[in-house]
Amino acid sequence: MDFTDTKEEAEYRARVRDWLDRNAKKKGEAGAAAPKYGHDDLVPLAREWQAKKYEAGFAGITMPVEYGGQGGTQMQQVIYNQEEARYVVPRGVYEIGLGMCIPTMLAYATEEQKQRYVRPALRGEEIWCQLFSEPAAGSDVAAVRTRAVRDGDDWIINGQKIWTSGAHFSDFGVIVLRTDPSVPKHKGLSYFFLDMHSPGIEVRRIKQIAGISNFNEVFFTDVRVPDSQRLGEVGGGWKVALTTLMNERYAVGHRPPPDFDEIFELARNLELEDGPAIRNALVRERLADWYCQQQGLRLTHFRTMTALSKGQTPGPENSITKIISANKQQEIAAFGMDLLEQAGVIHDDERSPMRAMFQEALLMSPSGRVAGGTDEILRNIIAERVLGLPQDPRVDKDVPYDKVPTGR
Amino acid sequence: MNFDFSDDQRMLRDQAARFLDQRGALGAARKVLEGEAPYDESLWKGIGELGWAGTAIPEAYGGSGLGRIELCVIAEELGRSLAPTPFSSSVYLAAEALLEAGSEEQKKAWLPKLAEGKAIGCFGLGEGIAPPTARHIRASVSGGKLTGTKAPVADGDVADVAVVVARGAGEPGLYLVDLTAGGVTRTTLDTVDPSRSHAELAFDGAPAEPLGGGTGGGWEAVQRVLDRAAVLFAFEQVGGAQAALDMAKDYALNRYAFGRPIGSYQGIKHKLADMYMKIELARANALYGAWAIGCDAPELPVAAAAARISATDASWFAAKENIQTHGGMGFTWELDCHLFYRRAKLLALNLGSERLWKDRLVSLLETQNAPKQAA
Repeated sequence: MDFTDTKEEAEYRARVRDWLDRNAKKKGEAGAAAPKYGHDDLVPLAREWQAKKYEAGFAGITMPVEYGGQGGTQMQQVIYNQEEARYVVPRGVYEIGLGMCIPTMLAYATEEQKQRYVRPALRGEEIWCQLFSEPAAGSDVAAVRTRAVRDGDDWIINGQKIWTSGAHFSDFGVIVLRTDPSVPKHKGLSYFFLDMHSPGIEVRRIKQIAGISNFNEVFFTDVRVPDSQRLGEVGGGWKVALTTLMNERYAVGHRPPPDFDEIFELARNLELEDGPAIRNALVRERLADWYCQQQGLRLTHFRTMTALSKGQTPGPENSITKIISANKQQEIAAFGMDLLEQAGVIHDDERSPMRAMFQEALLMSPSGRVAGGTDEILRNIIAERVLGLPQDPRVDKDVPYDKVPTGR
Repeated sequence: MNFDFSDDQRMLRDQAARFLDQRGALGAARKVLEGEAPYDESLWKGIGELGWAGTAIPEAYGGSGLGRIELCVIAEELGRSLAPTPFSSSVYLAAEALLEAGSEEQKKAWLPKLAEGKAIGCFGLGEGIAPPTARHIRASVSGGKLTGTKAPVADGDVADVAVVVARGAGEPGLYLVDLTAGGVTRTTLDTVDPSRSHAELAFDGAPAEPLGGGTGGGWEAVQRVLDRAAVLFAFEQVGGAQAALDMAKDYALNRYAFGRPIGSYQGIKHKLADMYMKIELARANALYGAWAIGCDAPELPVAAAAARISATDASWFAAKENIQTHGGMGFTWELDCHLFYRRAKLLALNLGSERLWKDRLVSLLETQNAPKQAA
């Protein structure tokens, strides 16, 4: 066992580090603070950063060269991500498009379409979003109601999507639509990509707990999409959607701080009733738990990297990452505030320790347990796909979609 | 990046699993639990013939010198099968203590016998109801004679040799005691897991030689033995936890209620998913511990504590939720659920409680990282 890179990996890492050093500030470095996640002034910065990455050959690392990618390995992508994580760069604008939408385009779009769309996305010129969830289709995402009806060479879309991250600044989107309500749920779906500036699309921002609005409701009123923008078969949309969702595990994973290091730092610098917080037995117990979780996830990631490095497919162990890190983040946020006693409620970058990181995370962290698969759905996935337990009986199975019972 | 067992190590694991399965190790654990024998002699003999006890003992001392990572591989399988033998006491503790702090003469005297399984070793640390920390060690050695009482000592009733933590001139350290030489009274103890025998060892002037270059090595030597053992025990715990999860899964697939397998209900599915998550975290932490004892890395103390905590948490959770998954059958004598439950708690306490290890982990992290500026 060893934790060293192969010669090729080490060379690649050195190249990445060298470039990042010259183009970004390390975390903790003076003047290294980026706009907080979900703030609008992030978008122009992210555009600029993405363009730089493209020029330097760090955009679309695993994507084919003929469409602007680098034709590299998964391992190179992992190395780039590891290194970039040590720097302050604008995040939260391109992850979905490049992590989920463009891989789906590469798998299903025509040659001409790939030539047209992939490169501008990698350069950061065109931003993509993913339009799957609806008010009545969250965890049960195949239950979407938004209709597409054939009209000559076009389809006409009516309905509503929700929780669409970045729809308000996106140029294109991928969308799952119901093209046949008379057949069972999964069989009546088709998958398209569309121009977010099309007439009839209205984007309304949703204000979240933390006060920011990075996701949206998207309303469709007689929106026309050419049939040439369909990906996969008519009625074969679910299969295409699974390609997108499979890529989600690469796009969603570790949560932003606070993690163990931050709560440890706080505990070392605070006085409690009986002395330094770090000396308090209850505090120490929680710290130890979080260290073991953080370290366990880091090492689990090393197991995945080992498989990638050997050219193997990683095992299912990574399925535990999001659920553990999202819950850990929420607990750390709440406990960090507890340590501040009455002043824990103060949410002010100047007055609250560590730029109000714990208060901020308290309000942001519930989203981590829902977005990209709820804790509950992820437990189902582990139980069913990893442990091989049976699916829940599905009362809507084999029932025509328009006969399936619905709530309000 | 190569953070996984090698192909050879996997092969060793498969061989170990096959052997323990063929010898019916789990059934043997039940037999020891229900009977009078302190351990399964025929299984122990078989293990001795395979040379497992000498896995990490260099060839010069009669072992195979394969290495400690290989010993981890075997430990996981022993934990999975609940093999009722003195392996952990003799190998993870007594032999490791000799390797760590024994003189050439002491190693030559005992390691070849321990490597073959011809002699059994044990480790005397705790003294009744008190944390097994330096402050609470009262056993003492004076003029080469050991006085004091150690309890519980795993395999203390069957061991030929003991490594005992006692005070000499200074702080507590490691002492070697030939248990056949007199001056010791052994009393077998009843424990929650009778598949592993425990005893009280009362020393009344028993001849004792210091390890650690004639000084006992101090608490540092004791802690080094505990750290290495923590990693090896973590693998036993992970193995046991995985076996409990497999057992729960099997039952959940085949037990029907309300017309369908109980494994199709989220109440059960999510419980099993939680077991899986805890086990994967423990496995990753244990594997890091294996790396650290494999190359004697400076990260060993932190890695060992994390492995210990994570594996203790996983094995307790898996063992208790396995019973819960089995419902009423889970707490019958007939089913094996209780064997895993008993063993989980036994392993959780044998090197000091989770609470103690958590405290130690945070202390290590404090010294590792210099304080940062005020928040």
